Amino acid sequence: MANIMPAGLTRQFVAAGDQVTFMGTFFRNIFRGGFEWNEFLRQCFIIGYKSLSLVGITGFILGFVLTLQSEPTMKEFGAESYVPSMVAISVIREIGPVIIALICAGKIASSIGAELGSMKVSEQIDAMEVSGANPIQYLVVTRIIACIIMIPLLTLMADALALMGGFMASNISNDMTLTLYFNKAFSALVFADLVPAVIKTIFFGFAIGFVGCYKGYNSDRGTESVGVAANSAVVSASLWIIVLDAIAVQLTSVFAYS
Amino acid sequence: MSETIIDNKEEAKVTSGKTEAVVEIRELDMAFGTKVVLKGLTMDLFKGENLVVLGKSGTGKSVMIKCMVGLLTQNAGSLKIFGKEVKDLKEQELKEIRIRTGFLFQSGALYDSMTVEQNLEFPLTRVLKLTDKDEIRQRIEEVLEGVGLSDAIDKMPSDLSGGMRKRVGLARTLILKPEIMLYDEPTTGLDPITSREISELMLEMQKKYQTSSVIITHDMACAKITGDRVLVLNQGAFIAEGTYEELENGQDELVRSFFK
Repeated sequence: MANIMPAGLTRQFVAAGDQVTFMGTFFRNIFRGGFEWNEFLRQCFIIGYKSLSLVGITGFILGFVLTLQSEPTMKEFGAESYVPSMVAISVIREIGPVIIALICAGKIASSIGAELGSMKVSEQIDAMEVSGANPIQYLVVTRIIACIIMIPLLTLMADALALMGGFMASNISNDMTLTLYFNKAFSALVFADLVPAVIKTIFFGFAIGFVGCYKGYNSDRGTESVGVAANSAVVSASLWIIVLDAIAVQLTSVFAYS
Repeated sequence: MSETIIDNKEEAKVTSGKTEAVVEIRELDMAFGTKVVLKGLTMDLFKGENLVVLGKSGTGKSVMIKCMVGLLTQNAGSLKIFGKEVKDLKEQELKEIRIRTGFLFQSGALYDSMTVEQNLEFPLTRVLKLTDKDEIRQRIEEVLEGVGLSDAIDKMPSDLSGGMRKRVGLARTLILKPEIMLYDEPTTGLDPITSREISELMLEMQKKYQTSSVIITHDMACAKITGDRVLVLNQGAFIAEGTYEELENGQDELVRSFFK
């Protein structure tokens, strides 16, 4: 039978099939036993601790800038006192998780993609495989689970620092105590703001870890492919985050706010 | 035994008078897309022998040994290790075959985020599931002493020279005490003195661990030192078989060109 599908489309379907297979392999290996605790903790350190400064500064500036930008407009409407609430809701519900996930996609997905890509090129993954060890369990499961745990924690920290940034910015033009600022910020927040936001960061973490591992693990043999793996990991993970966010917003509006 | 020129058109069966074959390959075909790499490849590896495979770059030598450990799967033909068809093996059976078959990669393929000790510990704890720290340490020290690198135990791979990386790679492979060793260009990129040392080490380790080996190489000095039997691969199939001296003094121009 003649192939009626364009080659590009066929490639996309094959890539999608490969990703589903890789995901299946990941889930199968989680429950296999012999979890690599040491490597997992090492990855938590690399992914979490080593991203603290980047994520922290980003979060702080996010709240600071958001406050500075919105305050003049809010003042015009006489709603200046609502700035802390507005910053809290927008940062915790949406901006914090998405911006931090995109930042982490740039830092973590690329680093995982490049690391596994270079291991593939230098035949380290093949060496693990032919020795009878399980490279998926050692390299993939540990990294993805570390991302699933660390990205929500990093986001929560960034959210807190964003509120601190908002407080600092508010105090440039106003005189507001920390207690009053946080009282106003939290008075507008409900449980349904925080929980869905944290849940979606778990999925963002999965996307970042999974895409990084998939791109690196399946990179080609040449040295150029290491760069390609790192780059395409960032692009794909960012796209996944945006799409997952759109789905999460729809689900949240149906289940949490209805 | 005199040099044998193998006719590709016939069903070639390479034998060397020995009986117990640990690897049997029959009519193996392998292609990547439209590029045919192996075509009707047939050979045996007999127990205890060192088989050298010579051939130009891109003739499929590495592909052949990667098929042996299931890293690649052939398009057609039969490849048996210890009497078991590799492509039909289930995951656990393939793992068992891989434990019995050591593979030394061209680059050494050391795990660069781990020290030499951790590199050697990796297969012991993951594959053999050893937990006794004293036993692990003892096996590591023993195998490192065997390759002459006892002092390098705490070093990172980035601190090692090319020859040292190959030695550690060899140690990591031998620590599982394999019955078959597959060497993918073990001396490529090394100076002649280090190449000779590695070749002699391979021979020494073969005697110590009683392995059967397939050695893929371009290095004729390595082939001469290590090879009990030499096969020449060209255009996806073996074209000649014999000892190093037989092939060196043979009539076939293409075969002799490797020895010039």
